[in-house]
Amino acid sequence: MNRALLAVIRRDLRLATRIGGGFGLGLAFYLALVAILPFAVGPDLGLLARIGPAILWIGALLSTLIGLDRLFQADEEDGSLDLMRMGEAPLEAIVAAKGVAHWLASGLPLAVLAPLFGLMLGMQPAALLGTAASLVPGSIALTFAGAIGAALTASLRRCGLLLSVLVIPLTVPVLIFGVATAEASRNGSVSFATPFLALCALALAAIVAGSIAAAAALRAQS
Amino acid sequence: MAETARERLRLTVADIACERGGRLLFSGLGFSLGAGEALLLKGPNGAGKTSLLMIIAGLLRPLEGEARLAAEGGDERELPEEAHLVGHRDGLKSQLSACENLSFWRAMLGAPGLTPEAGLAALGLPHVPHLPCAFLSAGQRRRVALARLLVSRRPLWLLDEPTAALDAASRGLLAELMRGHLASGGLILAATHEPIGIAAAEIEVGR
Repeated sequence: MNRALLAVIRRDLRLATRIGGGFGLGLAFYLALVAILPFAVGPDLGLLARIGPAILWIGALLSTLIGLDRLFQADEEDGSLDLMRMGEAPLEAIVAAKGVAHWLASGLPLAVLAPLFGLMLGMQPAALLGTAASLVPGSIALTFAGAIGAALTASLRRCGLLLSVLVIPLTVPVLIFGVATAEASRNGSVSFATPFLALCALALAAIVAGSIAAAAALRAQS
Repeated sequence: MAETARERLRLTVADIACERGGRLLFSGLGFSLGAGEALLLKGPNGAGKTSLLMIIAGLLRPLEGEARLAAEGGDERELPEEAHLVGHRDGLKSQLSACENLSFWRAMLGAPGLTPEAGLAALGLPHVPHLPCAFLSAGQRRRVALARLLVSRRPLWLLDEPTAALDAASRGLLAELMRGHLASGGLILAATHEPIGIAAAEIEVGR
C-alpha cells in the first residue's frame, strides 16, 4: 500500500512539473499580487511593513485557491480515479497522498519564497522568518481544506467560482491564526508559539478531516 | 500472486438491477463465470453494458443484487482488487510517457507482472515507451491501456469494447493474450459488438 501511495505522490509531482501541470501558476500569481500591491497602497514603507504579513497571507490563500480545481478533476476525467479505487489503498489514503503531492508542488514553494517576496514590502527579517514559518503549516491546512471543495466539484467543469465559495469559509480560521502568528513574530506582544501551535493543530485537523471528507465526496459522485 | 492465478476463482453475479439517471437499465441479471471462462456482454448502445462492468468493478452501486468473487470451495475475495478494468476512459496521462504511465499503474494496482517495456512489446509497441501519450494515436493509446493487464497480474479482466480503434494485427495480439489469460485460469468479461477472437458465451444486457 505504501508503494502505491508513494507512486501517487511521485506521479503527481511529475505531472505538476510537466507542460500544463500548473506548477508555477500559483507562484506567478503570488508574485504578481505582492508586486502590484505596493503600487496601490503607496510608497509608505512603514505602512507596507506593517501590513506585509497580511498581504503575504492573503496572497498565499488566493494562490492556493486558483490551483485547486484540477486536484481531482483531471483524474476524474480520464478514469484514473476509478482505477485507483480498485487498488488496495483506501481512497482516504489516496486523497491524502494527492494532497501531499499538491502541497509539495504548490504550497511549500509559496512558504519558501514568501521571505523573498516580503523583501519587496520592506518587512524586517524577524517578520519575514515568522511569516514563512507560519505559511508552512498554514499552506498544509489551506491545501487540505481546499481538497474538500476540489472533491465536491470534481465532476463539474469550470467551477472555480463554486470551489472558492465552498472553500473560503473553511480557510478563515487558518487565515486568522496565520496572520496572528506572523504578527507575533513582528511585534512580539504575544508569544510566537501560542498562535503557531494553534495553526499546527489546524493543519493536522485539516489533513484528517479533509482526507475523509474529500474521499466521501468523491465516492458520492460515482 | 501466482497462487491467485492457480486457485480456481468463480465470479457470481446474482439478480443485479441497475438504475442510471432515474432510468432502470436492467434488472434480474445474473450469471456465473468460472476460471478459464470468458463471457461477452451484448446489447444495443445505452443498454447498460459499461454500467454492469462498473458495478462488478465496485465503482457503481447496483440498485439490488450483488457480484461476488470467491475461490472455488473457499474464501471470498475483495472483487475490485482482483479485477482489471479497461474502458473508454483509459487512465493514461497525456503528459507522461507510456512507460511512466504503466510503471505508475504497476505500483498502484499491485501484483506486478511484466515490466512496462515488456508489456508494451507484448502489445506490439516496442518503439513508444518514452514517447508522451499525447503523441500516440487512438489505437496505440488503447494498446498502452491494454498493456496494463500485463504489468499487473489480476485474475478478472473487465474489458469495455477492447477492440475499439485497434487494427487487425493488434486484434490478433489481443486475442492471443486473452487466450493465454484464460489458459492460466483467468476470467474475462467483455462488452463488445463484434467477435473478439476467443471462444466465449454470450449474454444479452438490457431490459
